[in-house]
Amino acid sequence: MSTIKMRSKESNGVVTVKALIKHPMETGQRKDKKTGDFIPAHYIQEVHSKANGKDVITIYWGPAVSKNPYLTFKYKGNKGDNLEISWVDNQGNRDSKTGTVK
Amino acid sequence: MNRRNFIKNSMLFAGSLVAVPSLIVSRKAYAAWPKKSFDIKDLTESVSSVYGHSNLEESSKVKLKAPEIAENGAIVPINVSTTLDNVESIMIFVENNPQPLSSGYELTSLSEPSIGTRLKMGKTSNVMAAVKSGDKVYTSTQEVKVTIGGCGG
Repeated sequence: MSTIKMRSKESNGVVTVKALIKHPMETGQRKDKKTGDFIPAHYIQEVHSKANGKDVITIYWGPAVSKNPYLTFKYKGNKGDNLEISWVDNQGNRDSKTGTVK
Repeated sequence: MNRRNFIKNSMLFAGSLVAVPSLIVSRKAYAAWPKKSFDIKDLTESVSSVYGHSNLEESSKVKLKAPEIAENGAIVPINVSTTLDNVESIMIFVENNPQPLSSGYELTSLSEPSIGTRLKMGKTSNVMAAVKSGDKVYTSTQEVKVTIGGCGG
């Protein structure tokens, strides 16, 4: 199952995109309560979105972004656009999802 | 340190040597995740590492929407929008976090300058939204009071 849930809706030529990504977003500053060791940093660094193959937004995240991050942005677009969101984290994991703008 | 890490680190080091003088001044330098800017622990230094200078201008055209009091510092909703034209990027800084730069949004000609996310905040702090339009950086700052910090264990 994809880690990305997204919704997009067009109104007056502007598409509002909302997305939720399932990710722990560990800062690397938290300690494991049992062992006292630091939990290694694990967070999304880049999120990228394209509409019909054209770049819409590139996002850089640090560890300060909340767990299971929520994201919203707007772009000039139309109903039926093919919208892609992808992310990559500091451990090299990645995922992407495409959807159609309603 | 295993071999893979070693190679990665030495590449990072080589990369930073090239990039140091004008870290993220040009658009091209944005192409990779700006590790250095995210690591800086001081707000002013963080700002100048992102923009190459720290001449900020407070502007009412930058709209920062953040709660006055956040009960849970682990989830602080932040929305930034602006009526400025030609917006290149939006950055959100949280002054009292271990690393002030929380996130950056690089826009294109397609995007509208309006973004929202949720941040972690360790303690009560000023949150600053910075919008780069043309050569200038416009900001809006608001204090968010945090009752329970979101960075501890």
